[in-house]
Amino acid sequence: MSEELELKDTDHEFAHKHLLGLTDYSKEDIQYVLEQAKYFREILDRPVPKVPTLRDKTIVNLFYEDSTRTKLSFELAQKRMGADVVNFSKGSSSVQKGESLKDTIRNISSMKIDMVVVRHKSPGVPHFLTRCVDAAIINAGDGAHEHPTQALLDMFTMQQVYPNLEGRNIAIIGDIAHSRVVRSNVIGLLKLGANVTLCGPKTMMPAYVHELGAEVSHNLEETLGWCDIAMALRIQLERQENGTELFPSIREYHQLFGITERHLEKYPDFTIMHPGPVNRGVEMDSAVADSDRSIILSQVTNGVAVRMAILYLLSGGSRV
Amino acid sequence: MCHSLNSSSCEDRIKLLPLNSVKIMSAEDLSRTYLRFAHQFLEPHDDPQRLALIGMQTRGVYMGKRIVELIEQEFGLQLDFGVLDVTFYRDDFRTKLKMPEVKVTEIPFDLYERDVILIDDVLYTGRTVRSAMDALMDYGRPSSIKFCCMVDRGHRELPICADYVGTKLPTHVKEEVSVKVKELDDEDAVYIVKNPDEEEQ
Repeated sequence: MSEELELKDTDHEFAHKHLLGLTDYSKEDIQYVLEQAKYFREILDRPVPKVPTLRDKTIVNLFYEDSTRTKLSFELAQKRMGADVVNFSKGSSSVQKGESLKDTIRNISSMKIDMVVVRHKSPGVPHFLTRCVDAAIINAGDGAHEHPTQALLDMFTMQQVYPNLEGRNIAIIGDIAHSRVVRSNVIGLLKLGANVTLCGPKTMMPAYVHELGAEVSHNLEETLGWCDIAMALRIQLERQENGTELFPSIREYHQLFGITERHLEKYPDFTIMHPGPVNRGVEMDSAVADSDRSIILSQVTNGVAVRMAILYLLSGGSRV
Repeated sequence: MCHSLNSSSCEDRIKLLPLNSVKIMSAEDLSRTYLRFAHQFLEPHDDPQRLALIGMQTRGVYMGKRIVELIEQEFGLQLDFGVLDVTFYRDDFRTKLKMPEVKVTEIPFDLYERDVILIDDVLYTGRTVRSAMDALMDYGRPSSIKFCCMVDRGHRELPICADYVGTKLPTHVKEEVSVKVKELDDEDAVYIVKNPDEEEQ
């Protein structure tokens, strides 16, 4: 084992106080986070999977929108690093009584909070919070704007398959417009030098799609033949009033944009990802989600490690 | 311990180093010390396979590897070897500006009922060793932990002492002790650098 050890010292200056989005992070910053996350991944396999690094930190998880995976993942990451965690969700708080976001955060912050993890339906809320409080702000999804930790964990998982993403072909398939995952992923992947194609029905392409800098395709067959990694997105039925405003029927969507076992046979090289939760039988066949080419569950495990790395890197004494 | 303070072999090297640095141990001194460690580690053990060596990032890893190789050459024994990074357990985060970079930790064996020897280059305040012991406890419950260092430079801030010492070197707080390993620094040597801050000015 000792021959495989890498003991390289990077001198990268990671000079960020917040993680608002991947727009502000350079290629080197992203690579540094992904590199560091590898060592946090190892903590999760220890007999005692917990380190005392952040035991003097208090972190509040401010979730104004429902989330299971992201919230659990953040909370687990915080607890694995030894931090004290306070949870806040919209339903059971004074938001119901009409308290404004600014008042809420000011109140919470006067209880000596070091970091805030925020999820909100409106884009820009994390940026707004940086002007209200002194704590480090981590964006856990602001509307369909950015969801940087998800993109980082996706890139981390991709790197486990392809250590160098430069020149790799990545397809993101499905409900591009409603996904909070797409923008951060495209920004990050392009910075790392990957080729990105967004594939989905025209009704599910946002107006800004060409500004992202990724290719756009409406043909699933072509896209799967081209890509090294196919990431399917969840069809967000809850964001359509009758469930089927953007396509005639779920069955038709599956026929045109669902990944099936036939695709696995026809294109033997691509790897399957999905940010979850999977609508089995819509974005992909159940057997596709469970196949050995699917790395969906590694995404979940890696999510904790990547978030631990982010919490660690942003907890530094360099905060003003 | 051999102290070749003014050996001719180091004169070429010394030009590359700060003017106020002095070589305390040469490559020959170090190889003798490594060999002594190899013998000392095995001496009290009826069952040497219970021994496990753990090198601390960064120089301790190379020291540990060297000793493992020597034990294999001299005695034909293959000991378990792990690598430990104590960043997560350090107590000096908040005083530094940047979060220290995390490095590899790899302990590919169970520590339960093992006799662990921790290896590091310099023993100074004792804080790193304290962190390392905390870290090891999270990996399991070894029967014993011993500590080996190449240079004990004094100035302890915690009640910790080394079980195996290369050389004891009384130093001033303003001095710096630097253990070189050929894998990283192109030579095996120990230097003492006087007042490194003044030298920069």
